[in-house]
Amino acid sequence: MRPDYSVLLLTTLIGAGQGLFLALFTVQLFALAGQLPAPGSHAFYVHGSLLVLALLAGGLVASFFHLGRPERAWRAAAMWRTSWLSREVIVLPALMGTVLLFGAAHLAGFRPTLFTLPSGLAIDSTLVLGTLGAMLAFALFLCTAMIYACLPFLREWSSPLTVANFTLLGGASGFTLAAAFSAWAAPEATRYIAGWAFALTLLAAVSRVATLLRNARLRPRSTPQTALGIKHPRIVQRSAGFLGGSFNTREFFHGSPERRVSAVRSAFLLLAFAAPLALLALGGPRGAAPVLTAAFLVQFAGLVAERWHFFAQARHPQNLYYQDTR
Amino acid sequence: MTQLALVIDLNVCVGCHACVTSCKEWNTSGSAGPLADTMPYGKDPSGAFFNRVQTFEVGEFPDTQTVHFPKSCLHCEDPPCVPVCPTGASYKRKEDGIVLVDYDKCIGCKYCSWACPYGARELDPVRKVMTKCTLCVDRIYDRTRPEAERKPACVLACPTSARLFGDIHDPQSQVSQAIRDNAGYALMPEWGTHPANHYLPRRRTSARIHEDELTRADNPLKVDGLLPRPPKSDPSLDDVMSW
Amino acid sequence: MPPPPLHDPLAPPLPGAGTAIRNTTCYMCACRCGIRVHLADGEVRYIDGNPDHPLNKGVICAKGSSGIMKQYSPARLTRPLKRKPGAERGAGEFEAISWDEAFALLEERLARIRSTDPRRFALFTGRDQMQALTGLFARQFGTPNYAAHGGFCSVNMAAGMIYTIGGSFWEFGGPDLERAKLFVMIGTAEDHHSNPLKIAIAKFKRDGGRFVSINPVRTGYSAIADEWMPIRPGTDGALLLALIHELVALGLYDRDFLVRYTNAGQLVNTDERNDEFGMFVRTEVPKEEGCFDPQNKLWWDRATNRPVVTHAEGADPFLLGEFRLSDGTAVKPAFQLLKERVDAYTPEWAAGVTGIPADAIRRLAHEMGVTARDQKIELPIAWTDIWGREHETVTGNPVAFHAMRGLAAHSNGFHTIRALAILMTLLGTIDRPGGFRHKAPFPRPIPPCAKTPNTPLAIKPDHPLDGLALGWPAEPDDLFVDENGAPVRIDKAFSWEYPLAVHGMMHDVVTNAWRGDPYPIDTLLLFMANMAWNSTMNTVEVRKMLNDRGDDGEYKIPFLVVCDAFQSETTAFADLVLPDTTYLERHDVMSMLDRPISEFEGPVDSVRIPVVPPTGECKPFQEVLIELAGRLKLPAFVRPDGTRRFRDYPDFIVNYETEPGSGIGFLSGWRGKGGEKFMRGEPNPRQWEMYAQNNCIFQYRLPPSYQYMRNWNKGYLEWSQRNRIQRYAEPILVHLYSEVLQKFRLAARGKGMSRKPPAHLAARIDTFFDPLPFYYEPLEAQRTDRTRYPLAAVTQRPMAMYHSWDSQNAWLRQIHAHNHLYVNPKVARAAGIEDGAWMWVESPWGKVRCICKHSEAVEPGTVWTWNAIGKADGAWRLAPDANESELGFLLNHLISDELPDGAGGRISNSDPITGQAAWYDVRVRIYPAAADEPRETWPRFAAVPAAPGTGSTPRLLAYFARRKARP
Ligand SMILES: Nc1nc2c(c(=O)[nH]1)N[C@H]1C(S)=C(S)[C@@H](COP(=O)(O)OP(=O)(O)OC[C@H]3O[C@@H](n4cnc5c(=O)[nH]c(N)nc54)[C@H](O)[C@@H]3O)O[C@H]1N2
Ligand SMILES: Nc1nc2c(c(=O)[nH]1)N[C@H]1C(S)=C(S)[C@@H](COP(=O)(O)OP(=O)(O)OC[C@H]3O[C@@H](n4cnc5c(=O)[nH]c(N)nc54)[C@H](O)[C@@H]3O)O[C@H]1N2
Ligand code: SF4
Ligand code: SF4
Ligand code: SF4
Ligand code: SF4
Ligand code: SF4
Ligand SMILES: [Mo]
Repeated sequence: MRPDYSVLLLTTLIGAGQGLFLALFTVQLFALAGQLPAPGSHAFYVHGSLLVLALLAGGLVASFFHLGRPERAWRAAAMWRTSWLSREVIVLPALMGTVLLFGAAHLAGFRPTLFTLPSGLAIDSTLVLGTLGAMLAFALFLCTAMIYACLPFLREWSSPLTVANFTLLGGASGFTLAAAFSAWAAPEATRYIAGWAFALTLLAAVSRVATLLRNARLRPRSTPQTALGIKHPRIVQRSAGFLGGSFNTREFFHGSPERRVSAVRSAFLLLAFAAPLALLALGGPRGAAPVLTAAFLVQFAGLVAERWHFFAQARHPQNLYYQDTR
Repeated sequence: MTQLALVIDLNVCVGCHACVTSCKEWNTSGSAGPLADTMPYGKDPSGAFFNRVQTFEVGEFPDTQTVHFPKSCLHCEDPPCVPVCPTGASYKRKEDGIVLVDYDKCIGCKYCSWACPYGARELDPVRKVMTKCTLCVDRIYDRTRPEAERKPACVLACPTSARLFGDIHDPQSQVSQAIRDNAGYALMPEWGTHPANHYLPRRRTSARIHEDELTRADNPLKVDGLLPRPPKSDPSLDDVMSW
Repeated sequence: MPPPPLHDPLAPPLPGAGTAIRNTTCYMCACRCGIRVHLADGEVRYIDGNPDHPLNKGVICAKGSSGIMKQYSPARLTRPLKRKPGAERGAGEFEAISWDEAFALLEERLARIRSTDPRRFALFTGRDQMQALTGLFARQFGTPNYAAHGGFCSVNMAAGMIYTIGGSFWEFGGPDLERAKLFVMIGTAEDHHSNPLKIAIAKFKRDGGRFVSINPVRTGYSAIADEWMPIRPGTDGALLLALIHELVALGLYDRDFLVRYTNAGQLVNTDERNDEFGMFVRTEVPKEEGCFDPQNKLWWDRATNRPVVTHAEGADPFLLGEFRLSDGTAVKPAFQLLKERVDAYTPEWAAGVTGIPADAIRRLAHEMGVTARDQKIELPIAWTDIWGREHETVTGNPVAFHAMRGLAAHSNGFHTIRALAILMTLLGTIDRPGGFRHKAPFPRPIPPCAKTPNTPLAIKPDHPLDGLALGWPAEPDDLFVDENGAPVRIDKAFSWEYPLAVHGMMHDVVTNAWRGDPYPIDTLLLFMANMAWNSTMNTVEVRKMLNDRGDDGEYKIPFLVVCDAFQSETTAFADLVLPDTTYLERHDVMSMLDRPISEFEGPVDSVRIPVVPPTGECKPFQEVLIELAGRLKLPAFVRPDGTRRFRDYPDFIVNYETEPGSGIGFLSGWRGKGGEKFMRGEPNPRQWEMYAQNNCIFQYRLPPSYQYMRNWNKGYLEWSQRNRIQRYAEPILVHLYSEVLQKFRLAARGKGMSRKPPAHLAARIDTFFDPLPFYYEPLEAQRTDRTRYPLAAVTQRPMAMYHSWDSQNAWLRQIHAHNHLYVNPKVARAAGIEDGAWMWVESPWGKVRCICKHSEAVEPGTVWTWNAIGKADGAWRLAPDANESELGFLLNHLISDELPDGAGGRISNSDPITGQAAWYDVRVRIYPAAADEPRETWPRFAAVPAAPGTGSTPRLLAYFARRKARP
């Protein structure tokens, strides 16, 4: 598949946004449970939510560049019953709205206790909004991932690992960002957040490497033989029927030499996992804001590369019909 | 329930591309049009076509088969391109199984094209909406047209009649019979899309000559004195034996 | 349930908009299918096949369906153009002028030439279909220098078969696939009969017929063949002779057919010392002289064992043996000579030449012979042969052949095609069901009657040419040469160099005119021919010749006029460009006087009727000719008082008669005052309307008893005589043995009374004018170092492109934006060339850089490419970096127009008998392009600017008829 930058940015930005929100809410939960020193001010949540919103909005804006007719984008919510894309289109704004309310509640200090759990824990509005937001964030991970994972013949994508990856990679980048952010805004939580970021990055690495290993062993189920219905071991396309290219030769081919694809793979393994792990290990315990910021930036760049590779490595069976175009 | 479809006979398709340009021509000014072209007079001209004819070589010299392979949307009975569409622009008609795109709803997200394993959809480069074979829905129901011409443009154009059109759910239809009689098959059956369009394979007529057909009693060479009978005077068993 | 669609695909796109359907005849290629043009508010909306047309029966092809993009192409010429003063030819610098100016220019120049030396005006036409009019114009002008594309196209096919069976493939006849059981297609890619052939092949295959293709390449039709026999180019003669060998050796021939309908049994004088050596023995001088085969030859009767006049009642000749006439003359039946000729042509021998295993050759021969013999068709159609014998049935031996330029475009093509015609005859398949069938006006006498003058005296200032510019020589005295035996025509057709160049030799015109050999000319008018590009050999040099000046600073070809519809490569060289209309904008006739679209069942002619008005100032070339003819006062075009006789072309078509009162005109339908007559009859003022009402065709269906065996069918021959299709109603016996050729050979040997060739050509004539077919290596191969140039290079027609025409067509060019050189993978890898890599292909005459494509569907000794895809930069209004000019290439750069003649001189790279351009003889070698070379084709040419009046080239095209009318 051809990696389209609007989609690369969409998925990486909202992934980081979702992760960041999950981090914010986790901090709040842990603080509530006393496992963590509560952030000194609500600004942590307020500015954090703004950051989440910025990331989600950035992704949303990027996604418009993917559309041929962005002015009709609103129509995309119509088919939520069948289309994961439609669901994503619904969940993303819902998440954004929730985050907005979550941030606003923190800003306004509007935290009326709604009810009290039997354990005596008072559940206030931010907790409810946070829980809702977290569920939406997970749902969004699921939707985004399922857009890819639900296509059975794109076998590189069609796997539960895709859902795991989107969730873990988004989570990892969000927590790394949260660590960097807290180093500025709530240094007291930084150590913990960085620890979680480290763990998530590690998990993401495991899941992503597992995917690489799985995909390396995939044998295409569609072959020239099944594509044409001709049983002969040697089938070569001699003409695709046109020579100047077409939608089908552009959309489904990354057009890069194999060398570049593997270089990108090495790059993302380094940038999305190895480097951030090292930087998190280095800067996390000390709460070193520049180091953690660097960790996020490096990881984000790595994830863009990862997403590029995610598309590039996916071999669409339609390409069997469009091998020979020059 | 009706499922309209094309059945393409690879046994007679000579790869002439008549179906390709007649399709373009009909549809560019039709309800699906215009089908735009980019750089029509420049480098790498390219455009939206609903139908392509490709060529494959099967086997090795001298046992090579050259296969011309026309392909348009297969109007799958279980079309993966439809449920993924977020806007409902992609839909399958209940009444005849034609898979269509509503160009007024399509947002050009291309997701349906990713979901089609056959590469049958093309984004119109100007309108930026998804396009594909409509099975000439705007011809086949057009009552102003004589009955015989209520067929897709490509079907009527095809000089070899390699393109049959009809209802594959009607066992009596020409297409159903052609599929039955000639072992018609669907493409990429592994994905369970159940393409409505079918393909008929190459069929080879071979010749067998028996040795005894080469020498016959009425061989004309005899008339002209070749292959002569031996002279009666030559020795024969009659001269030495009596039973 | 999805919500109901916003758009309604069933709604008419623009309710109320005016739509109209107009019938006319397609001319996206020379097949000439019937089309219906659907117009929306005057714009072309859709073109489909006319279901009521006998040729295409409603189908259409890729080109035909893309007519819209031709009609609205930016490359259309819309104004007369004059080369800018001081601009070089080829630079394409023009200024637009008015038609008045253009006519004045032409009139002044042509009048001067006509009143001094009419030879100095040469008119040559490319892939056109109006040779009846262009030929008439040239003849009336008085120049012998006229021909159409036949010489560089397929004259070998026409001549080889017409000199043998009186008809031919190409536009004159074809295979009856309706009834054939075995179909053998040789060297054909697409051919002229595009749609009908496709319809027929598909039906044939569906009905279980067996289809064998003999071709070095497997594409198109060959792709669906049941068996592919890859053959080395130029070697089909060997294959066909070996097939004949095998059929004769096994007695698998139709003896009865040979006896009655061919000259197989006729006795040939085999006395070498005799002046009549190699000629048929004749009983008497015929009562009437004419261009027919008098029935005065002898058979050796088996019953009486003595010579009798052929077809004597009750006689049955020996086909084999040697005999001696009472005067002691040694004679043999022609068939005996044929048998002796093919003795050495064994399948084993042919296997070594052709690359086809001997077993396969034998198997094919057996299949042909047994199918023809054992699957006979008997149609219950009674007919009478020309000798008066009644036949209850029409018999068919259902083996059909089709062949085209794979045989024709070689310098040994004439004999190869004669061998094919003889093979078909041995099988008894001439004008019979399931075999070869003629199309009117064929069959014709062997050779047909039309003759050129045989002396330069036929050319007189201010007079029409006394004779036809093209004809069918029957003997040396028919040659168009002067008293020294030197050519009269600029292309040297009908000279001792190319005696049977019956379609002229357009491919030599530029070179000869440039050299002034045999003489310089003044004005060359090219119509519908891209002679600076794909229809010329040696393209790079020819482009220089067109722009070359003599010592006096004058152009060697002083004035070049090009009439074209598009900005082609050739228009760039013109001094004057005349913008033609397209086929949708003009009247045209596909006339019986030319090459009509006849069917097996009888004559068909057709017309084009304009469906849209001319674009800009375009003018149909016909109108230009009629206007010029009037201004020049050419007798057929003016009244005795010198005023113009015809208002315009439609008026000309209706009222012109070959001779006053002859009743024969361009169109054969709806003649007579009220349209009640056909073939012959007075002019009918409403003839066009009647064609228009009848699908633009006139079809005459012969009664079934006249539809077969027409060479010998009394009913048909008399019908055709009465309808003035031919002058005589005499049998047209198949010439297994060609006395016509022998006459030339005798002249070369100094025998007989006729003219003798110049000494330096005597040996050539003696060699090639063999009355029986023989195999020789193509002339170029004989002269090429085969170790250095081991491969043959050929081109093929792509089905979706017509010659060079269609690169301006936005839809078609996407299919063939550029071309590759297809090479067998083993051969390519041995040369170190990967699939898709840039490579060089080089002949002794030039080289070309191109992209290699590996293909398993090509014989290893051959490389090939699609014809005429590569374009010169800027031509056809393509961007200079268009794929056609950057990646595509023209194989013609590798093909020479001349070969060393072996004696220090040059000879045209053509068949030595017919002058057919030997496109497919070139030998090449291949090697990889160096890594540091540019990834683009070579040679390239300086880009030409857009000519005034051509259109603009948008970056985006979204054609929607009547979009302008959309709210
Ligand atoms: N679409 C389309 N149709 C056309 C034309 C066009 O340009 N486009 N042109 C028209 C014209 S002007 C003509 S003359 C006809 C020509 O019609 P064809 O004769 O069909 O045309 P070619 O493309 O020359 O095909 C020659 C075939 O012979 C094969 N061949 C080459 N050398 C040999 C040989 O030595 N032996 C054998 N057995 N085969 C050989 C080639 O591989 C090729 O398949 O087509 C007409 N029809
Ligand atoms: N290498 C190689 N060369 C070949 C051949 C080959 O097989 N291989 N084939 C040869 C053969 S068989 C042939 S017939 C020739 C064909 O060669 P040509 O007849 O010279 O070439 P075409 O490309 O047919 O184009 C002739 C011109 O007609 C113009 N034209 C198109 N429509 C109209 C119209 O309506 N009116 C006017 N006035 N002009 C029009 C086109 O723009 C073009 O410039 O090529 C020959 N050249
Ligand atoms: S072929 Fe592709 S576009 Fe057509 S119905 Fe099937 S999946 Fe959808
Ligand atoms: S491109 Fe159009 S039709 Fe396809 S999925 Fe998107 S909205 Fe639906
Ligand atoms: S059915 Fe109509 S839309 Fe589909 S390929 Fe044929 S012509 Fe094109
Ligand atoms: S029109 Fe018919 S023969 Fe031609 S490519 Fe299409 S399916 Fe094949
Ligand atoms: S075969 Fe030739 S004449 Fe017939 S439709 Fe095609 S282009 Fe037109
Ligand atoms: Mo030709």
